[in-house]
Amino acid sequence: MRNIVAEINDLCFSYSGKEVLHNIDLVVNQGDFIAVVGPNGGGKTTLLKLIVGLLKPTRGKVRLAGGKAPKKGVEIGYVPQQIDHNLSFPATALDVVMMGKHVPEQRLMFNRSRKDRKDGLAALEKMGIAEFADRKISDLSGGQRQRVLIARALVTEPELLVLDEPTASIDSRGQTQFYQLLQGLNKELTILMVSHDLLSVSAYAKSVACVNRRLHYHQAFETSGELLDAVYSCSVYDSCPVTVPFPDSRTSELSKEAAND
Amino acid sequence: MIEVLQFEFMRNALMAGLLASLICGVIGSLIVINRLVFLSGGIAHSAYGGIGLAFFLGLPFMAGAFFFSFLSAMIMAAVSTRSKQRADTIIGVMWAVGMAVGILLIDITPGYNVDLMSYLFGSILSVPRSDLLIMAIAGGAILLLVFYFFNDLLIMSYDEEFALVRGVPVRRLYYMLIGIVAITVVMMVQVVGLILVIALLTIPPYIAEKYTKSLVQMMVLSCMLGMAFTTGGLWISYRLDLTSGAVIIFLAGSGFFLSLVLDSLITLNKRRLTIKSHQEMSG
Repeated sequence: MRNIVAEINDLCFSYSGKEVLHNIDLVVNQGDFIAVVGPNGGGKTTLLKLIVGLLKPTRGKVRLAGGKAPKKGVEIGYVPQQIDHNLSFPATALDVVMMGKHVPEQRLMFNRSRKDRKDGLAALEKMGIAEFADRKISDLSGGQRQRVLIARALVTEPELLVLDEPTASIDSRGQTQFYQLLQGLNKELTILMVSHDLLSVSAYAKSVACVNRRLHYHQAFETSGELLDAVYSCSVYDSCPVTVPFPDSRTSELSKEAAND
Repeated sequence: MIEVLQFEFMRNALMAGLLASLICGVIGSLIVINRLVFLSGGIAHSAYGGIGLAFFLGLPFMAGAFFFSFLSAMIMAAVSTRSKQRADTIIGVMWAVGMAVGILLIDITPGYNVDLMSYLFGSILSVPRSDLLIMAIAGGAILLLVFYFFNDLLIMSYDEEFALVRGVPVRRLYYMLIGIVAITVVMMVQVVGLILVIALLTIPPYIAEKYTKSLVQMMVLSCMLGMAFTTGGLWISYRLDLTSGAVIIFLAGSGFFLSLVLDSLITLNKRRLTIKSHQEMSG
């Protein structure tokens, strides 16, 4: 049996009187690659924020397993939605990555910086953008910035990598590379990712969690075809009670056909 | 230029200008990268209420302005964290009410009418030694705080959520930053006046941000630009007998527009190089 990384039990979350998430149960095992799909406003990002601890559940609990440092709990690498609002920020790619190395309790220890720098460069190397280390972040493309943010999460040596719509600002060719990269990372760490891109999800993720106020988890699949079925079946009430309506036309036609059957 | 310095008021003015530039360069950089310019404007103008209060109660100017700005700064900080959507509106309200309160308090204070112009546009030429000392001590304390929390502030400014996940005490740091802004603004009011505080806090960092790669570099360059603007402005105002605060800001404004021109030249040159390299590739 694989180790449990995170466990969510009977969790509810309300925001200004509206229930965003209801009775959520989810177990994240070591080595999982879970894609979280669902409509806008369905609570995907909220779920991620609850897991990384940015929000506190109204009811229920998020339990992070002990892992390497039982007292501290599992180290989570958090990759937020692309932040474009602070583009001209005066920092290089390496500076941003090294932000992940910051430990508030040790803010006066300056002698660590050389090792931090080395780790930062290694993380950029892993993401394939080491040559941009000294570029200002405003001079990078959207895809490169996204990789910088993942490198920033990687230097925290996480066991669980949590990504919120990482491919939103990457073109389709870049996306393939990007998912392959995630697949590589998945060999060493557990990944939980919010995505809109269902086709890629079916090709690269190992399981799918449909979130629309409630959560329905489609366990690990043998083939990607099966997973694709699960993704699409989310719009059909019979096989997935969460009933996620898909926004783009192709899938909504598919679901209409399925509904007519 | 040297002979100007034989006057003590000129030496004090120069010292005040340099000190102000140093503090403005560091704090202004934090204001710009955190998009707190409007909030700083609100604090600066509500400081006016504090000036009125100080006159009404017969207290020293610094005490009144400091108390009032700090209070309004904390309220603004609370508003901007709690109800982000309408924070700017509420800051706008406090901005206006603060000024009105200041004028009303001065109206009902018996005795002669104070020269409000000097608080609007500064009175750098009449900064007493005692104020210089206060500025140096408060400025030193502020810079030490920023130095101690530098990395925390950097991470929070770039990505608040990530900072929270890393365990940075974002909420407390934010209040601290706004408090520091309030102290800075009160000190600046003495030097360039509250109308012009914002320009000195924002123009040097704005120019510096474009040409630097890190927050430290940005702070250093804004300090140097600020010093150039204040010293140059003081000298010009002395030679041409003009209001010093206004000249300083006018100089900073000219620098701002020059940097815009420089920017478009750089962009044009980049485009030219790209087109050239494409032509070479195809040719």
